[in-house]
Amino acid sequence: MAKEKIKVLIAKPGLDGHDRGAKVIARGLIEAGMEVVYTGLRNTPEDIVRAAIQEDVDVIGMSILSGAHNHLFKSVMELLKKENFEDVLVIAGGIIPEEDHEYLTELGIDGIFTPGTPIQKIVDFIEERAK
Amino acid sequence: MQSLQEMIEGIKAGEEKHIARAISLIENDRDKGFALLKELYGSAEISYLVGITGPPGSGKSTLTDKIVLHWRKQGLKVAIIAIDPTSQFSGGALLGDRIRMDNVAADKGVFIRSMGTRGTLGGLNPAIYDTVLLLSYAGYDYILIETVGVGQNEVDIVDLADTTLVVTVPEAGDDIQTFKAGLMEVGDIFVLNKSDRPSVIKMELTLEQMVRLTHKEGEKWTIPIVKTTATENKGIAELVEKINDHKEYLQNDGQLKENRHEVMRRQLINLMEERVLAKIIKPIENSEHFSEKLKAIRDLSEDPYTAAEELLKNRLPE
Ligand SMILES: Nc1nc2c(ncn2[C@@H]2O[C@H](COP(=O)(O)OP(=O)(O)OP(=O)(O)O)[C@@H](O)[C@H]2O)c(=O)[nH]1
Ligand SMILES: [Mg+2]
Repeated sequence: MAKEKIKVLIAKPGLDGHDRGAKVIARGLIEAGMEVVYTGLRNTPEDIVRAAIQEDVDVIGMSILSGAHNHLFKSVMELLKKENFEDVLVIAGGIIPEEDHEYLTELGIDGIFTPGTPIQKIVDFIEERAK
Repeated sequence: MQSLQEMIEGIKAGEEKHIARAISLIENDRDKGFALLKELYGSAEISYLVGITGPPGSGKSTLTDKIVLHWRKQGLKVAIIAIDPTSQFSGGALLGDRIRMDNVAADKGVFIRSMGTRGTLGGLNPAIYDTVLLLSYAGYDYILIETVGVGQNEVDIVDLADTTLVVTVPEAGDDIQTFKAGLMEVGDIFVLNKSDRPSVIKMELTLEQMVRLTHKEGEKWTIPIVKTTATENKGIAELVEKINDHKEYLQNDGQLKENRHEVMRRQLINLMEERVLAKIIKPIENSEHFSEKLKAIRDLSEDPYTAAEELLKNRLPE
């Protein structure tokens, strides 16, 4: 029922200007019945965390285009901790090299999805883990 | 979970996390939300409520961003409720208005919340008015609600507002007939946005004519038309001035109280309907009896009129 509707924030941290991947994921989650708050390009970690709190989302999904942006994930995770908003599920998408996965997992990122992951796999992951 | 008292203190102190969690309760866990609102009711005056509606892509979010920026310079605290349609098929919703609110999103004096319409059958989602009350008790001076103006639902939502802005764009000229029918009737102020585009003058004339045609004898408020270019922050000061004029008009005329009284009357009915639906109709819908009746109707061995009466037997006074 509508009661357990999952709300997801999809954000695009960093300065690169493409969000096609993020949009595809957003669409897939909406089709699976989720409410997706989409914040567009170039979000700072502060923006992302504040939006997540105001919207009281169950999931934060962030996408980046290269592993060079790992520090942005780190900032987001630190801010979530600082704001005491850690019960949110955090997933990362984009071109994230295999060797970075361990580091990101250590940061507390719950799921990492590289390009080509079927959207259903992400939907299942969220439905199983959120809340 | 925090205790009720803790949440109430947090809301009154304007702490975003408590406010945000409370709105989630209002949306998803109605009885818990009501418990909060029962405690908070009457603890502050209801904030001034501005509705902004218009066709998709007309610039509502960009305008919201600029209007709020203007209010912030006057030191006012503002909450924004951005409503987007829930998909009838999936139940999901794309809540994308924050993208255009980037000037105020980082401002600590501004709280933004996106909501889906969550298509309640007919009429407006009562959670929206409850959220307005909650945000009032959280200390926001102004509350701005953005809705897409296409269906009746959205217009209903804007009915809540003290001042309603109807946004149109020069290109809408050809669709003006559909416009006239629905949206125009709910507007207190017409905003002609994207006035950097061609055929502004033509559209302005059309709007002026419409205002003249719909203006009733003896009515003290004449709908102003404000031209804006939201992306360049043009016309915003004038628009804010018109909002103030309308607010003053409503206050002086005693209409503000009257309108709000009417909103409360409707909300009270909504709340009763919601209770009846949840406590009486839903349990019946989930019962064996209901499935049997439905099957009988399909087999033509019973008619739905008798079935409805029988399903509600002993639940309603005769
Ligand atoms: N040329 C021009 N473009 C504008 C103006 N105002 C907004 N836009 C652009 O119009 C597009 C839609 O703006 P939004 O503010 O998202 O419009 P909206 O009405 O909130 O859209 P929905 O919420 O999707 O219905 C964006 O690309 C804006 O940059 C304006 O005054 N002039
Ligand atoms: Mg919008």
